[in-house]
Amino acid sequence: MRNKPRLRDPNERGKDFNEVSMGYSPEQAKEEASRCIQCKNPQCVKGCPVNIDIPAFIKQIVGGDPRAALSKIKEKNNLPAVCGRVCPQEDQCEKMCILGKKGEPIAIGYLERFASDHGNVPAPTTANNAGSVPIVGTIHELSLQNNLDKTRIAVVGAGPAGLTCAADLARAGYSVTLFESLHGPGGVLSYGIPEFRLPKKIVHDEVEYIKSLGVDIRYNTIIGGTFTIKELFAQGYKAVFLGSGAGLPKFMNIPGENLGGVYSANEFLTRVNLLKAYLFPEYMTPVRIGRKVAVIGGGNVAMDSARSALRLGAEKVTIVYRRSKDEMPARIEEADNALEEGIEFRILTSPVKILGDAKGRVTSMECIKMELGEKDSSGRRSFIPLKGSEYILETDTVIMAIGQSPNPLIGNSCSELKREKWGGVIADPETGQTSIPGVFAGGDIVTGAATVISAMGAGKKAAEAIDRYIKGL
Amino acid sequence: MNKILLKRTLAPQVGLIEIDAPDISKKALAGQFVVLRIHDHGERIPLTIADADPSKGTITIVFQKIGASTRLLDTLEQGDCILDLLGPLGKPAHIENAGTVVCIGGGVGIAEIYPVAKAYKKAGNRVISVLGARNKDLIIFADEIAKVSDECHITTDDGSLGQKGLVSDVLKDIMGREKVSLVSAVGPTIMMKVISDITKPYNIKTYVSLNPIMLDATGMCGVCRVTIAGKVKFACVDGPEFDGHEVDFAELMSRQKLFLDEEKKAVEVHCSDENPNCRCKK
Repeated sequence: MRNKPRLRDPNERGKDFNEVSMGYSPEQAKEEASRCIQCKNPQCVKGCPVNIDIPAFIKQIVGGDPRAALSKIKEKNNLPAVCGRVCPQEDQCEKMCILGKKGEPIAIGYLERFASDHGNVPAPTTANNAGSVPIVGTIHELSLQNNLDKTRIAVVGAGPAGLTCAADLARAGYSVTLFESLHGPGGVLSYGIPEFRLPKKIVHDEVEYIKSLGVDIRYNTIIGGTFTIKELFAQGYKAVFLGSGAGLPKFMNIPGENLGGVYSANEFLTRVNLLKAYLFPEYMTPVRIGRKVAVIGGGNVAMDSARSALRLGAEKVTIVYRRSKDEMPARIEEADNALEEGIEFRILTSPVKILGDAKGRVTSMECIKMELGEKDSSGRRSFIPLKGSEYILETDTVIMAIGQSPNPLIGNSCSELKREKWGGVIADPETGQTSIPGVFAGGDIVTGAATVISAMGAGKKAAEAIDRYIKGL
Repeated sequence: MNKILLKRTLAPQVGLIEIDAPDISKKALAGQFVVLRIHDHGERIPLTIADADPSKGTITIVFQKIGASTRLLDTLEQGDCILDLLGPLGKPAHIENAGTVVCIGGGVGIAEIYPVAKAYKKAGNRVISVLGARNKDLIIFADEIAKVSDECHITTDDGSLGQKGLVSDVLKDIMGREKVSLVSAVGPTIMMKVISDITKPYNIKTYVSLNPIMLDATGMCGVCRVTIAGKVKFACVDGPEFDGHEVDFAELMSRQKLFLDEEKKAVEVHCSDENPNCRCKK
């Protein structure tokens, strides 16, 4: 039987922003790890976008050495504490696990989290390793000094793709500068994913690790504003990686969307996560949360928004989604957590218009019911509006969590950079090579909004491709 | 980084700071802005770049002490550093050789129209500037703007300086006596609306620089969305300058008031007389 992680009580956790899952205890981790049959030809590794040697790290947990497990993971993954928490393992490594064919797959994600939460400790000094350099962490200043005569690479965006690409390039011996437009690192890990799902301390520690590899992070610098891609080359950078993500929020283009009380999920979550509006007025950025909140969408961002609204004191939070629960793109685990916390799912429902008062503030939302039709191009069942089924949902806050498009700033400042009609940067899926020699791209800026780990996978591939490009291979 | 090299008080509630920001100074064009944050609990606030000197590596910001954040900004002195400074942001103002251009600045918007007037002059236009404020203390940058203008008119609500009345009165006078090719206005939203309403029947191209609420100011959050000719645009990346005849001003004014209660609360908490931790100057 697969071990379940320890979760905080739904009634208690719905009132604060502390982490919901407490992960495995050492005993649970050992027990779960012991279920792994150590396949000779492990399928799980093929399901991992960054190809972690999963059986090898699990074996170290069985042996009671989370530090060795973490070192094994860090050979391939620079953000294990993040991935152990937010990767959709059920669609990746765990989906491929042979045990899943007849029973339940190994909980690889929880084990990865366990290794990173418990493995970040100094190596025990023994006669054999005395004086050796610890694998986890080096001296930042030393690395920076060494960077002076190395080939310089510019990485744009300190989110999952950029952090991964920068770390891999630094390890390969390059001098890496990571440019970030916001005032702190992490990208979506900081502004998007809430504290209760990914504590910011974890992001901070992972970024410190990446800095310890010698990566120089420059905040408050926007490529396409402060510098252009061409200027980066003129400054001496030999290659550029673009990982600026999918920042531009989508709206439905329905009447009433600009009323007061309608947020994009990005705005709502940025206020709460990055700018800590839940601590207003001590923190100076406000957020206004009504009594009745409607969140539009069925992805992880919708779940994060709904659960944040609940924690900010909303009396009633409703997720409005046009298909059924089975079609929701959110992780099952997160949807279940939301339901457990008391969030209502109004499925097969879509907003038609948002209504407001004389002051321009939301008072209610007109919705229409849907029924499911045949499978569409996305592989999910389509939805058909039921004529005459319109009804009014009382709400004073509406959060639009229906996706994001790539940020247009870099592309607008560089006409040579070829983009898709919908805004995505065109890049080779294997190398990240764009239409400009020496310029690579990966993550949401190429694919549109996807997952943390797929962005990391793209950052990793691009780092290898940049290495080959510099070496002229 | 971001050291304040010079600080002046221009008017009772209006301050000027010159910041050491070489990278931004090299790129800043008329109409662009920066976002800054003063301390790690602070808001990100957008402020227009009033001037940039690439040879000195500085930018100049003029701000009005309205909310808690601008009051806190005013507590910084020469030699202090701005914690976070991002820019230049937004599209530059539309500048062309159109003929006669009327540049209108209202209140603290006077400082913001200055680089625009300068750019129109440089592009070879006849520049007529019109500056307006409540009283003579609030008329700022008048000498600088006069230098880049062929004519410079001043209006005050109370008549303490220049003509008593509104900038729109002067605009009407100018339109009555000569052909105006283009108008560019920065100031309170209501002023920009009135000016756009005046020029619309005469089909005089009118640019206005909008100041909605912003957070990241890089296109990420959408709080600055405005309706332009029926379409939703983000002022931070598509603007802040738009065709005044196409702006839905009523919506903009309503959205600017979204957090009024919270803004008052922040002032009470951070800037009240009773608060022993208040760092604002009384």
